Amino acid sequence: MAGEPTASETPWLDQDAKPFICIKGVTKKFGEFIAVNNVDLDIYQGELFCLLGGSGCGKTTLLRMLAGFETPTSGQILIDGIDMSNVPPYERPTNMMFQSYALFPHMTVEKNVAFGLKQDKVPNDEITDRVHDILKLVELQDFKKRKPQQLSGGQRQRVALARALVKEPKLLLLDEPLAALDKKLREQTQFELANIQEQVGITFVVVTHDQEEAMTLSSRIAVMDKGQFMQTGTPTEIYEFPESRFVADFIGSANIVEGKITEDNADHVRVSTDLGEIYIDHGQSTKEGSRVWVAIRPEKVHLSKKPPSKKGPNQAEGMVDDIGYLGNTSIYKIRLKNDRIIDVTAPNQIRPKSRTHQITWEDKVYLGWDASSAMLLKK
Amino acid sequence: MYNKRSGFLTFMVTAGLAFLYIPMILLVIYSFNKSKLVPVWGGWSTRWYSVLFQSEDVWEAVSLSLKIAVVNATFATILGTLAGLAMVRFGRFRGRTLFGGMLVAPLVMPEVITGLSLLVLFISLNQIIGWPAERGFTTITIAHITFSLAYVAVIIQARLTGMGETLEEAALDLGAKPFRVLTDITVPRLAPGMVAGWLLAFTLSLDDLVIASFVTGPGANTLPILIFSRIRLGLRPDINALATIIILFVAICVAIAALIMYQQQKRIERDEQIANQEVL
Ligand SMILES: Nc1ncnc2c1ncn2[C@@H]1O[C@H](COP(=O)(O)OP(=O)(O)OP(=O)(O)O)[C@@H](O)[C@H]1O
Ligand SMILES: [Mg+2]
Repeated sequence: MAGEPTASETPWLDQDAKPFICIKGVTKKFGEFIAVNNVDLDIYQGELFCLLGGSGCGKTTLLRMLAGFETPTSGQILIDGIDMSNVPPYERPTNMMFQSYALFPHMTVEKNVAFGLKQDKVPNDEITDRVHDILKLVELQDFKKRKPQQLSGGQRQRVALARALVKEPKLLLLDEPLAALDKKLREQTQFELANIQEQVGITFVVVTHDQEEAMTLSSRIAVMDKGQFMQTGTPTEIYEFPESRFVADFIGSANIVEGKITEDNADHVRVSTDLGEIYIDHGQSTKEGSRVWVAIRPEKVHLSKKPPSKKGPNQAEGMVDDIGYLGNTSIYKIRLKNDRIIDVTAPNQIRPKSRTHQITWEDKVYLGWDASSAMLLKK
Repeated sequence: MYNKRSGFLTFMVTAGLAFLYIPMILLVIYSFNKSKLVPVWGGWSTRWYSVLFQSEDVWEAVSLSLKIAVVNATFATILGTLAGLAMVRFGRFRGRTLFGGMLVAPLVMPEVITGLSLLVLFISLNQIIGWPAERGFTTITIAHITFSLAYVAVIIQARLTGMGETLEEAALDLGAKPFRVLTDITVPRLAPGMVAGWLLAFTLSLDDLVIASFVTGPGANTLPILIFSRIRLGLRPDINALATIIILFVAICVAIAALIMYQQQKRIERDEQIANQEVL
């Protein structure tokens, strides 16, 4: 798997690849309220695509339009090349895993999973086999005679997944599939989910408001805000090259400062900010003097008690205002002379006791970052 | 101070319960009175029970009442469920508000009005199309269905609203056509509500005196009509015996219902326990 990704792993870069799902200018209004606002999106076969955004930004609404429970106010949805406008939910090649699981309480686990196959008039012995196989995949074969009320939260979630998977849909829609689980179980299940997706090879669209989950799971992410897509891209693109302050702040954390472009060349940009002068080693086609923002991730800032050997851009000094110990890392809040607070995270590689050059409260410290670390944002 | 208050409370509760139950106890005791005159105690006897068991008109009334109650409860449950589904699940349709209002109107309409209007309807129908030829079982049953279905519809609406639509959506998503969703998901989940509605309609029908009196015809006496018409001629010990049997019957029904509810509660608790054990 190492090496350059092939075209089949990044179909969105391939001009000739045919998208599996085509969302064209889709808008959904509830009365006057616009829940989804003129969204365009292509999703390709075999992707694990994440819709990420805060509460109420329209993720579920978009997913429900794919499943057929809501009709778009305007725009068009194509799945596998077929216009879905007049296709009812029970005839769509999709299955959905609901935010609340929606297991049928009056049926056993086995019957719940078999329900979808029965609707397709699959022969009985084939149903038995397929239900058995899928329950084995989610490790629930010993629970098939139980009712949903007799299962724990994590087990219910796996039943819901099995029920949606067993029909081998072309497209699986998952609405916050892991929201009800505790952190440990969630992380474990994230990998399981990615594994299952690789095994069965169907296209997943996953809704989540948990950015870590989106980063771990997905081939690509769309960041949503107020019914619109702010940015679409791979987890690395979204994290390392955010296009706006919203995305930079929503994914991970970032120190964002406002500034003016003082020099704009093909291979570098200089920005004057109240963090001092910032030098960025890639070009941006902006006018000199225009207003921009610069975002720097806390883990990309170096912290030192010794002053830098020579003066230059990408430097600042301040006092340690607060320290948060997070176990594997610590977060330092550095107060600059102009009272601006900059967050810096650093790994805790040495046990505190044996630390000689330990940084503590009220220390005077020097900050610095690489020319490639700062991110220039135009909006 | 607390003691005083709880003493007062105990007194009030006792007085209230006494007010409710002493008349019934008296009724039961007097049903075993040997004397033919109700207020005069003539010693213990079961002779009124044997009189009762031999009087054919009582048995006819009982069987008529039960037949009406069963047919009424069944139809009211079916129609009431459909009405509830229409109100909650079919979204907005034209005249929905009017339909909703008309559905619950029988709950607040004075019984004499309902009875009178139905009587007018039956008489004019008889003149126009010759049906119903005579008033009795059919007319009473139809009258009972018209008001019982309103109660069923209210129960079903409440349950449907509480249930939400997610399970139906899940079934649709898994490929079930709307009719299958109704039979396989909605109706099974509504079953407890439908049973409750059936029982309510059954009791309402057994209870009803006013509406039945309006729409009944010669010779068709339901149990309440029979009891009431006899009482009008003075208290009678055999009616006391009949009332005692009814009280016994109701008590048994309530006990069975309580037992079923208790067992359901037990089952829910057990399910939760099993689920919790798995987590640990
Ligand atoms: N049936 C509806 N009628 C009116 N407004 C609705 C309806 N469904 C959703 N909305 C509104 O649309 C917006 C988007 O809702 P949606 O459920 O898509 O949010 P979400 O992104 O899934 O949020 P969450 O993360 O909380 O689940 C919300 O402001 C919500 O109030
Ligand atoms: Mg949602």
